Amino acid sequence: MNPAPLDDAALHALVDGVLPPARAAALEAQLAAQPEAAARVAAWRAQPHALRARFDAVLTEPIPLALLQANRRPPPRRWRAAAAAGWLALGAVLGWSGHALRPAADRAGAAITLPREAAVAHAVYAPEVRHPVEVTAAEHAHLVAWLSKRLGTQLSVPVLEAEGFRLVGGRLLPSAAGGPVAQFMYQDAGGQRLTLYVRNDAQAPHDTAFRFARENGVSVFYWVDGRLGYALSGELERAALLKIADVVYRQLNP
Amino acid sequence: MIPRLRRYARALTGERAAADDLVQDTLERAWRKLALWRPGSDLRAWLFTIMHNVFVNQVRARRLVPLALDDAALAETIGGGDPGPATDLMDLDRALARLPDEQRAVLLLVGLEQFSYQEAADVLAVPIGTVMSRLHRGRERLRELLDAAAPVQPLRVVK
Repeated sequence: MNPAPLDDAALHALVDGVLPPARAAALEAQLAAQPEAAARVAAWRAQPHALRARFDAVLTEPIPLALLQANRRPPPRRWRAAAAAGWLALGAVLGWSGHALRPAADRAGAAITLPREAAVAHAVYAPEVRHPVEVTAAEHAHLVAWLSKRLGTQLSVPVLEAEGFRLVGGRLLPSAAGGPVAQFMYQDAGGQRLTLYVRNDAQAPHDTAFRFARENGVSVFYWVDGRLGYALSGELERAALLKIADVVYRQLNP
Repeated sequence: MIPRLRRYARALTGERAAADDLVQDTLERAWRKLALWRPGSDLRAWLFTIMHNVFVNQVRARRLVPLALDDAALAETIGGGDPGPATDLMDLDRALARLPDEQRAVLLLVGLEQFSYQEAADVLAVPIGTVMSRLHRGRERLRELLDAAAPVQPLRVVK
């Protein structure tokens, strides 16, 4: 005798896991005798696995700069206390506090975005295991020539081995304004990484003093020297990073 | 949270650039509307709700409301000698793209993001019964689409 066909609503409920255990067990038993229905149920159950197999890789992709930059507080207009509490919570959950950078003086306009861009670029690339740089230090001459050409000025790459940091290599990035940026990466024996972000600010050449900013755990010392803006970023304490920033500055300005 | 938003957006739109645009619009809107978020409530659900609304508005604005394909048209689209890569993954992408938006959203929220039915109902602002009926229809539709895609695979690899 043929078993009664199982209705779809019951099968969906089975897959949804909303049936009482006894009812579910009875249905499973009936399914054993109905291969066509059993195949449908198996296919439905496989779908979440297939979706995760297909899309989980997105979770580990580097996050594009534009998204990191979108993930911060817009310029303040009218403030409300409730909103202010919310900023902190959202920033904490999203992984970007965005609260650090509001330099008291806005006179060096271009310099304001420099540490933020540098910190974001540091946060994106410093954790990279397989592709931290585009050109490695093994091709030192090519690295310097390539990035100098793209930035339109002769770059020199500080040597920080006395500070315990060896050059890993470098990469070319777009600045927020769309111009070319060179990022050099250094690493110490413990795997700690520093990045030196060099941006050509030819449109508004000016000099600034050494400044310090801290963004989401990343410390940044930055300064503008004529046409070039520099930012040294690392997850170090201020004093430790300052020592290295000082060495970088002296090497670039012998 | 950004990786989670990106994963869902990628699956929802089927396309990298569109997905990241969607995430970016979502983040920008979230920051603007932050005063509306109740501290202590589920931030993840709130962000997915914003993303869903942005997505619906984008679809509306671009008039990309998918047409319901009849089965013959579907068979032609999927099996009709389209020389796209014949992989299971591509078939899953194509099958997802052919689901009605509302069914795809529910399948992804529940299957990929592991929202409860109630959470999915909150994100989509529909009753939980609607979530379940969309899920059931979407599930079966996806199975049919993947089934329809599978038999033609050998034809695509004939040399």
